Amino acid sequence: MSESSLQDVRAVNGGGSWFRRNQIAITPWLFLAPGVLFFIFYVISPIFQSFNVSLYEWDGLGEAEYIGLRNYQDLYWEFVDRDAFFVSLKNNVIWLFLYLLAIPAGLMIALFLNQNVWGIRLYKSLFFFPFVISQVVVGLVFTWFYDPTFGLLNTIIGWVGLGPVNVLGDERLVTYGIIAAGLWPQTAYCMILYLTGLNAVDPEQVEAGRLDGAKGWKMLWHVIIPQLKPATFIAFVVTIIGALRSFDLISIMTQGGPFGSSRVLAFYMFEVALSEYGFRMGYGAAIAVVLFLIMLCFIAYFLWSMWKEEKGAR
Amino acid sequence: MRSILKASIAALGLAAMTVGGTSASGQSLSGDLKIFLDTSNPAPRATMEAVIARFQAEHPDLNIETTVIDREEYKTQIRNFLTANPPDVATWYAANRMRPYVDAGLFEDVSDLWNEPEIAENLASTKGAMTIDGKQWGVPYTYYQWGVYYRKDIYEELGLNEPSNWEEFKANCEAILASGRKCYTIGTKFLWTAGGWFDYLNMRTNGFDFHMQLAGGEISWDDDRVKQTFANWRELIDMGGFIDNHQTYSWQEALPFMVNGDAVHYLMGNFSVAPLRDAGLTDDQLDFYQFPVITPGVALSEDAPTDTFHIPANAANKEAAREFLRFVVSPDEQTEINNGSNLGQLPVNAMSSVDDDKFLNEGFAMLSSNSPGGVAQFWDRDAPAEMAKVSMEGFQEFMVKPDNLDRILAKLERARQRIYR
Repeated sequence: MSESSLQDVRAVNGGGSWFRRNQIAITPWLFLAPGVLFFIFYVISPIFQSFNVSLYEWDGLGEAEYIGLRNYQDLYWEFVDRDAFFVSLKNNVIWLFLYLLAIPAGLMIALFLNQNVWGIRLYKSLFFFPFVISQVVVGLVFTWFYDPTFGLLNTIIGWVGLGPVNVLGDERLVTYGIIAAGLWPQTAYCMILYLTGLNAVDPEQVEAGRLDGAKGWKMLWHVIIPQLKPATFIAFVVTIIGALRSFDLISIMTQGGPFGSSRVLAFYMFEVALSEYGFRMGYGAAIAVVLFLIMLCFIAYFLWSMWKEEKGAR
Repeated sequence: MRSILKASIAALGLAAMTVGGTSASGQSLSGDLKIFLDTSNPAPRATMEAVIARFQAEHPDLNIETTVIDREEYKTQIRNFLTANPPDVATWYAANRMRPYVDAGLFEDVSDLWNEPEIAENLASTKGAMTIDGKQWGVPYTYYQWGVYYRKDIYEELGLNEPSNWEEFKANCEAILASGRKCYTIGTKFLWTAGGWFDYLNMRTNGFDFHMQLAGGEISWDDDRVKQTFANWRELIDMGGFIDNHQTYSWQEALPFMVNGDAVHYLMGNFSVAPLRDAGLTDDQLDFYQFPVITPGVALSEDAPTDTFHIPANAANKEAAREFLRFVVSPDEQTEINNGSNLGQLPVNAMSSVDDDKFLNEGFAMLSSNSPGGVAQFWDRDAPAEMAKVSMEGFQEFMVKPDNLDRILAKLERARQRIYR
C-alpha cells in the first residue's frame, strides 16, 4: 500500500531527481554510512596498515626501511630457538584452553543461583562483583594473594604442610597463576550470560522431561543445555576473545616476567613496539599479524556458525 | 617544622634569584615557553616547579607553561610529543638513551651552549655523556652515584669492616650468611636492578673500556672475559647471597629486607637513601662504600646516571629555551636544586657546592677522585634499548637459574648480531 502511495507522490512530482527516484534503496546506506566509515577507517584500514608496516624495519621516528619478510623470518627463528616468540605462542595456547574453564564454571554457578530464596539478589550480585571491578584491581589483588612472603596463598597451603611457592616468580607456574586470576572475573561474566539464558528456558519442556523421568544430569544435558545454546555461543565468543587479548593482567602482575616466561603475543607485541625499550614497529606489526591470523580462524568460525543459524531460522 | 623548612627554601631561592638576576645580562625574553618534565615524584616535582618559578621571576614577560608527566609514562610519550607537538624544553637521559632522538633529528644541537666558557669550563665532567657524533645535544641538571649501601650496625655487631677487595667482600657475605641473614637485597621484577650488578661486576672484572665495548656491541657475549664476569657473579649466587624470590619484587619492595635487617647490603643509586631514612634507618645504621676491586689492577669506574634537559628540534621558542638551560646549570641553581631538601643529588656544575650530607659527600669524593677508569651512565642507558632489554632479562634469568648461563649467553649473542648490524 505504501508502495502505491509513493508511486502516486512520484507521479505528482513528475519523476523528480535521481535521488528521489532511488530514495528507498539509498536511505539504509545513508543511515549505515557513519558506522561503516568509522569501521573502515578505524578497524579495516589499520589491519592492512599493520600488514604493510610488518614488511619494514622502522623505529617509529626515522625512515622506514623495506625489508620484505625478514621480520617473519626472525619470528620463525625465534620459534625454532624456543625464544620469546615461542614462549608467547605457547602461553597463548594455554590461555585459550584454560580460559574456557570459565564457561562450565559459570554455568555451574548460574544453575546454583537460579533459585528463589530470600536474598538471592544479593548473592547474585556478590558473584557478579569480580566482573565489575577493574582488571587492574584483580591483578593487584592476586599479586598480593600470591606474594611469596606475606601472601594468603602461602599461609593457606602452609596449614596443610606444603612449602612456600612463589607462583609469579616461577616460570613454570606463572602463566597458570595469571590465568587463575583471569578466570575469576570471566567466570562471573559467563554466569550472568547463563542466568539470563536460564530465564528463557521453557518450563513446559522441563515439565515434559520430568514426566518422562529425566532428572539430575540427564535433565541438564538433554533438556536444559540445548536450550542454553545461544548463551553458550556468546560465552564461548567472549571467552575466546578475552583469552587472546589477555594483556592487562600480565602487565600488572608480572610485566611478562620472570625473564619473559609469562608473555603472550599481545603483550610481546606491545613490548617490542611500544614499551620503554621497544623501537621495532615492524617487528611488533609482524607479531600483530600473527595474532590477527589466529583470531581470524575463530572469527571465521563464529561468522560461519552465525550464518548457519540464520539460514536454519529462515 | 615543615613551614620553617619551606620558608628557608624560599629564602634560599630568593637569594639565588637575586644572584642569578645580576648575571642575566639584561636581555628580555618574551613569548611562550613550554616545558615538559618527567619529575613526577613529589620532591623532584616541587624542586623543578621552584626552579621554573625563579626563572619566571627573572623573565616576567615570558609566559611559561609547565607540564609534568608521570616518569614511566614519559618514556613512551616522548616519542609522540617530540614529533607531533614539541615543547621548548624537555627532560631526558644522557648517553645512548638519547641516541634514537638525536638520530631522528628531534633534538636540537646545543654545541653553541657548550662553547660558552661558563658551561665549557664548569660542566666538563659530563660533556662526554652529552656528546653524540662530536656534538652536544642537551645539558645535564643532576646526577647521582651508585654504590653499596649497607647496615653499619649489623657490620659492627658481626665485627666486619668495609671490604676493599673481592675476597673480603665474599668473606663478609659468608659471615652475614652464618648469622642467618642475607647479604644483598634486590628486586628484579623490573629488570634494571640486575643491570646495576652486571655493570659493577663487569667493570671491576674487565674494566671500563671493555664494558663500554660490550655495550657498544663490539665484543661477543661468548667471550671468556664475559664468562668470567658471570663466574664471579655466580659465586655470590651459589653462596645464597641474594634474597629469595627477588624476581617478584620491585626495587622499592626490596627495601624492607634491608630495613628489617634481613639483608645487609643494597647495591643501588643514591635515591634509595631517602626511602631508607623514611623507613627509620638513621645515619648510624646506614652507610656506604664503593664497590670493591675484583681484578687487581683494573681501574675503578662507577655508574653515575645523569638526568638532562633538551631542546626539541621543532621547538618554537629556542632562544628562551637556551636561556632556561643556561639558568638550570648555573652554579647557584645547581647548588640549590641538588641540595638535601630538594633532589638530594650531585650538582653538575664544578662551581656549585655539594650539600652537607654524608652520602652526597662520599659519593662526590668517590666520583671526582676515585673513579679513574671512567663514569658509566647505567647499563640501560649505555647499551641500545633493545640490547638492554634482552640482556637484563638474561641477567634476571641467570640470577634465578645460574645453570642456564650458556643458553642465556647464546641468546644474547644472537641478539647482539641482530641489533648492531
